[in-house]
Amino acid sequence: MTENQAAGLLEMRGITKYFPGIKALDQVDFDLERGEIQAVIGENGAGKSTLMKVLGGIHLPEMGTIRLDGREVVIDSVQTANKLGISFVHQELNLSDNLDIATNLFLGREPRDGFLQLIDRKKLYRDTEEVLQRIDLHCSPRLLVRDLTIGGQQMIEIAKALSIAAKILIMDEPTSSLSCSESERLFRVIRELRSQGVSIIYISHRLGEVKEVADRATVLRDGRVSGHLAKEEISQERLVKLMVGRDIEKFYHHEHEASRKPVFEVRDLVVPEHPKERISFTIHEGEIVVLAGLVGAGRTELAHALFGIVKPLGGQILLDERPIRIGSPQDAMRAGIILVPEDRKLHGLIMEMSVEANITLASLDRYQKMKVIRLDAARAVAREMVGKLDVRLRSIDQQVESLSGGNQQKVVLAKWLCLNPRVLLLDEPTRGIDVVAKEEIYRLMERLASQGVAILAISSEMQEVLGIGDRILVMHEGRICGELTKEQSSEEAVVHLATGGK
Amino acid sequence: MKRIAGIAVLLVVVMLITTLIDTTFIKGYNIMNIMRWSGLFGILSLGEAFPIMTGGIDLSVGSIAGLVGALSANLIRMREMPIALALPICLALSVLMGFLHGLLVTKIRMQPFVVTLCGLFIYRGMARFLMQDVTQGYGNAFLGLKFLAHGKVPLAFWPAGHAPKFIATWSLPMPFIILVLVGIILAVFLNRMVYGRYILALGRNEQAARFSGINTNRMTIVAYMISSTCAGLAGILFSLDLNTVQPSTAGNMYELYAIAGCVVGGVSLKGGEGNILGVIIGTAIVRVLYNAINILGIATTLEFAVVGLVILVGVGADEVIKSFTARRRIAEVRGVQAKGGVGTSTAA
Repeated sequence: MTENQAAGLLEMRGITKYFPGIKALDQVDFDLERGEIQAVIGENGAGKSTLMKVLGGIHLPEMGTIRLDGREVVIDSVQTANKLGISFVHQELNLSDNLDIATNLFLGREPRDGFLQLIDRKKLYRDTEEVLQRIDLHCSPRLLVRDLTIGGQQMIEIAKALSIAAKILIMDEPTSSLSCSESERLFRVIRELRSQGVSIIYISHRLGEVKEVADRATVLRDGRVSGHLAKEEISQERLVKLMVGRDIEKFYHHEHEASRKPVFEVRDLVVPEHPKERISFTIHEGEIVVLAGLVGAGRTELAHALFGIVKPLGGQILLDERPIRIGSPQDAMRAGIILVPEDRKLHGLIMEMSVEANITLASLDRYQKMKVIRLDAARAVAREMVGKLDVRLRSIDQQVESLSGGNQQKVVLAKWLCLNPRVLLLDEPTRGIDVVAKEEIYRLMERLASQGVAILAISSEMQEVLGIGDRILVMHEGRICGELTKEQSSEEAVVHLATGGK
Repeated sequence: MKRIAGIAVLLVVVMLITTLIDTTFIKGYNIMNIMRWSGLFGILSLGEAFPIMTGGIDLSVGSIAGLVGALSANLIRMREMPIALALPICLALSVLMGFLHGLLVTKIRMQPFVVTLCGLFIYRGMARFLMQDVTQGYGNAFLGLKFLAHGKVPLAFWPAGHAPKFIATWSLPMPFIILVLVGIILAVFLNRMVYGRYILALGRNEQAARFSGINTNRMTIVAYMISSTCAGLAGILFSLDLNTVQPSTAGNMYELYAIAGCVVGGVSLKGGEGNILGVIIGTAIVRVLYNAINILGIATTLEFAVVGLVILVGVGADEVIKSFTARRRIAEVRGVQAKGGVGTSTAA
C-alpha cells in the first residue's frame, strides 16, 4: 500500500484477536472516513465489542495493523487511544452520581493551577460549559448528575468522551436504556457532531436506528466481516441476512388467541415511588400486554411492586378473580407470578456461578428431598432449558460471566421459565441482545401465551412495543395514561401518550 | 478443588520443613496435640466461614467462646446444674446470640462488622460481670464430660494401660473427631442442601438472590446462627480442655484466628466463595505454624509475625498463580491456532 493513496481517517487491516478458547476476531478489515457515522452490527458474540476494544486500546490484537491518517499506529492502552483522538462511550453509565456534571466530566484530569496544583475551578466550569454547548445541552455544569434523567446522563458520557478526544467517538449501544424521544435527541447530537467533523462508530442492535442514523454499516459474523453496506443499501432484511447468514422470514408471529377470561387484575395499586397514583389494569388468559412509556415513567417500579420486591401502599391484586396478597417475591412465586428483571447483572444472574446453578436457583425447591438437592434432577432441568432456549455454551458448569450478552439473557429466561408461570412479567426482555435471540424470545412468548399464560412485557423499543402485544398500556409519571388496542396502535399514538399528551 | 490442593501442599511443605529441622515434630504426641488444637480452632473457623460467605463477618466468636465456656463451667460446677440441662442452655444461648446478630444485620440493616464488634465487647463484659471476674473450671471431677476434650479414640476402647503402644500414641483426639463431624454436617449443608447454594448466591449478589425468591434475610440470619453455635460449642470444649476459664481473657483474639483460618482456607472476604475442607486445612496450617515456632525454638515473641508473614505469602502466591494460569491459557490457545489447529467454538 503506497503512502499517497487517498486514505480515510482510519484503516484497520487483518485484525485478529484470541481469547481463551476462541478466536474472537479473524482477519477483520475496517475503514472509517472523517465526519462519518458508521454502524457496526452483528449478533452477540460476533466480535463487535472486541473490535471496538481493540480500537479503544483495551485489547491488543495478536495480528493486524491500524493506520490513522495514513500512519501506522500501535494502540496499546486507553491512554494511547485517547492521545490519538479515539474515545469510547460505554454501554453502561460510568458516572459518580453524587458529583456535579463538571466534576464528572474532568474526573482525574481536572485543570490544575498554582504552586499547590489546586483544581482551577473557574476553568473547570468554563470548559464544561463549552463541551456541553457542543452537544446542545443547556444546563448548569454545577447540576448533580443524579438529578439528570438517564438520557441526560448518557449525554454527559458523550460530553466526557468528546472532552477527552474528539476525532473518533465509539458508542456501544448508546440507546439501549433510552426511550424513543431520548434516542431522537441523541441522533440529533450525533448528526451535529458529524457536521463538526467528528467520526462516529455506532454499535447497535436496533436495526431501525441503524438505517436512520448511519452513513455506512459494517456487519460482523463469527469474528469475520460478512459485509459492508453503503447508506442506500441498508435495510432491515439485508442487515439481518448478513448477521445471521440466512433470511428471517417473519419477526412477530401472532398465533395465540387471547381469551376474555381475566387472569391477573390490578385494582387501585399504589406504588411507593408514586404514592399519589392509583394503577388498575387486567390481563386475560393467553394475552400479551405491552407496557410502554419513557424510561423513568414508573414501569419497573410497578413490576417490582407486583412481584413483591417493594410492598405496595394500597390496592388489590386478583389472580383468577380471587384476591391475593403479595408481600415478598416468595408469595408472588407461590401464586405463579414471575418477574424476569431488566438488569441481568444486578438482578437477574449471579455472574460468578455456573449456568446450572443460575438456571435452577429460583426453582431449587423442586429438585430437593429433605432440602438436599437432587443434583441429577437439577442438572437435567438445566440441560433441558439450555436446549429449549438454544443457549450456546460449552458446558452447563461454565460460569455465566463467560457467556455473551444474548446467551446470558437466555439463561435469565431459562431460570424463570422452568417455574411454569401463570402470570409472566417481563422487564425489557430483549434488551441488548441480537435479532436471532430476539426472534427466539418472541417465539417463546407466543408459545407461552398460547398455553394460556398472561404476559405483561415492559419495552422501550418502538418496533417491539408495536409488534409483540395484543394491547398496549402506556405509562407516564407513575400513572397508566392510556390504552391502545392493536388496531389503534401507532408510533405517534404511543409517543403522544408516553410524553403526557391527552 | 485446585485451591484445596494448593493449601494442602502448603500444609505438607510446612510440616516437612519442620520435620527436617527437628524430628520431634513428627512424633505421635506432637501430631495428636496439633490435631486437638486444630479441632478446637477448626470448629470456630468453620462457623466463621458462613457469615463471611454471605459477605459479612463475625467478630464476636472469641467473646462468645469465652462467655459460653465460662458459663458452662459455672453452671455445672458452681451451680451444680445437671450436665444434660447445662449444655443445652449454653448452646441455646449461643444460637440466640447469632440470631440477634442476624436480625440486626438484616432487619435493621446494620453493618455486620459493627454488630459483631459490639457483640465482641458486650459478651466479654457480660462474662466478666456474671462470673465476677472469677476464674471458672470443672475441678477434678466430670471426667466423662472432659472426655469430649481429652478423650482419644480408639484408645478409649481399651481398659487403661492395656492398649497396644501404637494405639496409645496414634489415637485421634476427641476435639478433632468433633471437628470432622461438624465439618461433615456443614459440608452437606453447604454443598448438598439448597441452603448452601442460597448462601453462596446471596453472598455474590444479594439482589439477584432476592429476585430469585430466596428469603435472603432468613438465610443471612441462619449463617450468623451457625457461626455463634460453633463458637459456643468450641467455647465449651476449650473450657473442658483447659479446665480454667478466665472470664477476662478466655477466647481473646480467637475471632482473628478463625478469620485467618477462613482466609487461608479459600473463603473470600467478598462473599460467595468457600468450602469446608479448605477451612479445616487452613486452620491446621495456622496451628502447625504455632507448633513449629515452639519446636524450632524460634523466639515466641516472633510468633505473630511469623504467622502473619506465612499467611501473607500463601494468599499472595495464590493470587499470583491465578493470574499466571489465566495468561498461560491464552498463550496455549494462541499456540493451537498458530499450528493451524481447527478453529474452536464461536460461543463468545
